Amino acid sequence: MENEKVTVNINGCNYEVGAGLNVLEACRSVGVEVPFFCYHPKLKVAGSCRMCLVTIGTPARDRATGELLKKEDGSPEISWMPKPAIACGTKVSQNMHVVTDSEFIKSCRESVLEFLLLNHPLDCPICDKAGECKLQEYANTFGRGESRYIENKNVKPKKVMVAGKIMMDSQRCIECSRCIRFCREFIGRSTFSFTKRGSKTEISVYPNSDNDSNYLLNVVDGCPVGALTEKAFRFKMRTWFLKVTDSICGESSAGINVRVWSRNGKIYRITPRRNDAVNDMWMTDSGRYIHYRFEAKNRMSVARIDSSPCDLGYAAERCLEILKLGKVAIVANAWQSVEEMFLMKRLADACGAKIYMISHVGADDGKLLSADRTPNMRGAFLTGLLDSYPPKDFKGLGAAIDAGEVGTVLCFREDLKDFGLEQKQLKAANIIYCGALENNISASAKICIPLRTEFEKNGSWVNRQFRIQKFNMAVQAPENTFADIDFLSFLLSELEGSHFDAPSAEDVRAEMAKSIVAMKDAVHIPASGLPLDSSQFASVDFPEEDAMHYSRQKK
Amino acid sequence: MAAKETRIIYRHIGADAWNASIDKYLSDGGYSILSETVRRPREELCAEMEKSKLRGRGGAGFPCGMKWKFLDRKSGKPIYLVCNADESEPGTCKDRLLIYQDPHQIIEGIMCASYAINAAQAFIYIRGEYINGYRILMNAIEEARKKNFVGKNICGSDYSCEITVTRGAGCYVCGEETGLLSSLSGDRAYPRIKPPYFPAVMGLYDCPTAVNNVETLCWVPQIFKMGGEAFSKMGNPLDPGTHIWGVSGLVQKPGRYEIETGACTLGELLYDLCGGPLAGRRFKAVIPGGSSMKILRWDEKFSIKDKDGAQKEVRTEDIPLDADSFMKCGTAIGSCGIIVMDNTVDMVEALANLNQFYAHESCGQCTPCREGTMWMSRITKRICEGWGREEDVALLKSVADNMCGRTICALGEGAAWPTQSNVSKFKEEYYEKIRRQKKVGGQARLDNNSYRLI
Repeated sequence: MENEKVTVNINGCNYEVGAGLNVLEACRSVGVEVPFFCYHPKLKVAGSCRMCLVTIGTPARDRATGELLKKEDGSPEISWMPKPAIACGTKVSQNMHVVTDSEFIKSCRESVLEFLLLNHPLDCPICDKAGECKLQEYANTFGRGESRYIENKNVKPKKVMVAGKIMMDSQRCIECSRCIRFCREFIGRSTFSFTKRGSKTEISVYPNSDNDSNYLLNVVDGCPVGALTEKAFRFKMRTWFLKVTDSICGESSAGINVRVWSRNGKIYRITPRRNDAVNDMWMTDSGRYIHYRFEAKNRMSVARIDSSPCDLGYAAERCLEILKLGKVAIVANAWQSVEEMFLMKRLADACGAKIYMISHVGADDGKLLSADRTPNMRGAFLTGLLDSYPPKDFKGLGAAIDAGEVGTVLCFREDLKDFGLEQKQLKAANIIYCGALENNISASAKICIPLRTEFEKNGSWVNRQFRIQKFNMAVQAPENTFADIDFLSFLLSELEGSHFDAPSAEDVRAEMAKSIVAMKDAVHIPASGLPLDSSQFASVDFPEEDAMHYSRQKK
Repeated sequence: MAAKETRIIYRHIGADAWNASIDKYLSDGGYSILSETVRRPREELCAEMEKSKLRGRGGAGFPCGMKWKFLDRKSGKPIYLVCNADESEPGTCKDRLLIYQDPHQIIEGIMCASYAINAAQAFIYIRGEYINGYRILMNAIEEARKKNFVGKNICGSDYSCEITVTRGAGCYVCGEETGLLSSLSGDRAYPRIKPPYFPAVMGLYDCPTAVNNVETLCWVPQIFKMGGEAFSKMGNPLDPGTHIWGVSGLVQKPGRYEIETGACTLGELLYDLCGGPLAGRRFKAVIPGGSSMKILRWDEKFSIKDKDGAQKEVRTEDIPLDADSFMKCGTAIGSCGIIVMDNTVDMVEALANLNQFYAHESCGQCTPCREGTMWMSRITKRICEGWGREEDVALLKSVADNMCGRTICALGEGAAWPTQSNVSKFKEEYYEKIRRQKKVGGQARLDNNSYRLI
């Protein structure tokens, strides 16, 4: 069914398009643009904006015999529908004829835009949506340029706060009902609704009630105009000044595909990126603010030895010396990319160290916030850091220190103190802390190496579906920080004696593909990610529940 | 042809010593057809309906037999019957009399139809303003239930069906069948897009549903009694049966007149039965089928083909009273609510009145109707208030054209047609009014603000 094709004639040319598509998607798939407002690929069809009107014809049949009628030249006779039809609500069929570029269709679009703009406040200069507003874009492309409307515009409520994070402006609203449908279909609750009737129709929410949901901000992305704007991003930056980087959300093992919008090293917002196999077009609200974790005040900005700042290279040298003493334990974390984990495994082998990891588990919401709150636990299995799901704390590491088996702990990111190590155990071992943020042990660690955040480096994570997905560097790292890969490869080149100097993530992946069977195809990862073979981990007890595009493996 | 009434559906309306009780209805042979019907095979009944060529009386004139035939009987889902009693078209109040004076005829019709399509449940969606009608229907259903005409094992057969009466909340779009179904299932009364929401396939609660007008359902027992063949020979074969013409506006005797289709002409109805125009006035225009249909000038001439295929020229008053003839004249009978306007009526103000209605009643779901009705209403209001511009005439026409045929439901056309026809047929009157008011100018315009609504 999926690969079935039908022939559709669009503007006089025959195209092969997927059967079961609607006309709008079919036109898009062959590069014919059909403008739309209310249609959303992941929501039910409303068909209310009337922007996607096209003329549709189907092969005519003889009424009596049911046979296809032919013209004199043998081509099929087409019976055209008397009225234009909505492209979003019509499914393609064999030999359907579609016209999207006639004068009539142009006039349809022009009139719909004129109607929509009658009561639109046209406050683009102060509207946050400007630059990515469908209405603005289409008014420019398909509109008539000037208004024939001389009456007063309708006045509707502006600046209505929704759940403390969305600013709602009913006057800008074009009544596309995307937000209503999203809340009903995805969140499962009616948050937004229309009130009043006719031209006075306005979008509204239940006043004085808890409208909050961890997915509410998706309506802001879905809103084709500036009726719903995100409070945190409001009036902060014009969208056209922002650089967009494709990335992955590190909030949980769901591996939501995101776009990071930044300027001059500052991240302004994070929005979801479409991936039909992972997150469709949605993301959690909490994931949008994950970059707040890495605000400057929390950052570890300089390398330190015994709490006094020093040169980064010198700190790394000292670190190497301590590692060479042996009795090393490595604390890895599942925020590290697969590439870093691969090097970590080699580092552990090189200095005979044991690897300790802990799990970060929270409540699973059955959608896009999974129980495992780390993005790359599956990567640790693939690279061989783990063979069973890790415990919740470092009791095992503590016991090893007590037993005198461990003299040095090379700790990446994790806060040992919060997760089970006691003060005397921390004192008993040399702690080398490597991470982007300050935490409880960074103050007392022997050596502190500042590393980079996931927004400052390239790499890939393996999500709960065992899909490897690439994230890219969105902002420049501050000076005096090490990329994890550089730091690890520096240690490795000294300890292993291998010449493995400052590789890129791609280099490491190429190396990885040679030695890890499941990763053999993962050198070049497509934008939508690459599913990996997970059969060897079928017995691992992962904590995630069944959710969107994910079902727990049957044991 | 002399104009005369043929009262079949309206046989009891206004009759001496008649009331809405079941005893009266039974004394006139009521429910006898139902008790016969439930013993006949369903296929036969549906075939009778198809043979009868009965056209729906709600306004669109869709053949009722076809509607029943399209019902998806294979889906395994229950089939519902909905009686559309949300009569809100301006100029129409034919169903109201039936509900108030002859509710048992409706109930018998509903039960006959429910049996024929094997409906699991029947609904009556009644206009919110008909509060007494609601009470009367509830009372009548209770009476019928006691006599075993509604409920379990109707008339001793193994067929059971309940009737639920639901009141609307006063909304014009609820008369549109998919809007009605949305409202009935508890949502906002938004008409649904077709495809996929054809009521016969995905109607009420996404189950196959037949939505029929009150008058149509009243015809059902009559057709089952006389047979589809006999019915189809009654009146004009393309539109058999009778129509209940609700004449309102400026005539001597406005009222409801049930007339066999094609039996008389518009002129005969208005002059002979309705007594002609008020003293000293002339007819100027007629809206033939509720306010949404295109207006006809009284002095208009049409070239239509008659039964023998010969072209002939007819005046408005010569148009025979059937769906087909009005269709040929570029309008439609809709719900048969004739609105008559005479030479005292200002067409601009008449249109302003209608446009205000549509702007108020547009459901606001799809763009052209939501914004277009409001815009047209504001333009006509402005002209009436004395601030018209000459370009407004073309603008009105253009806005109406931009709405027509581009909306989800038929009400987009229903709102555009009055403007389209009014503006093109009475263009001079618009220019004249605009020019006249321009001359008056200044303060006088402001004083003229309180315009008269018909």
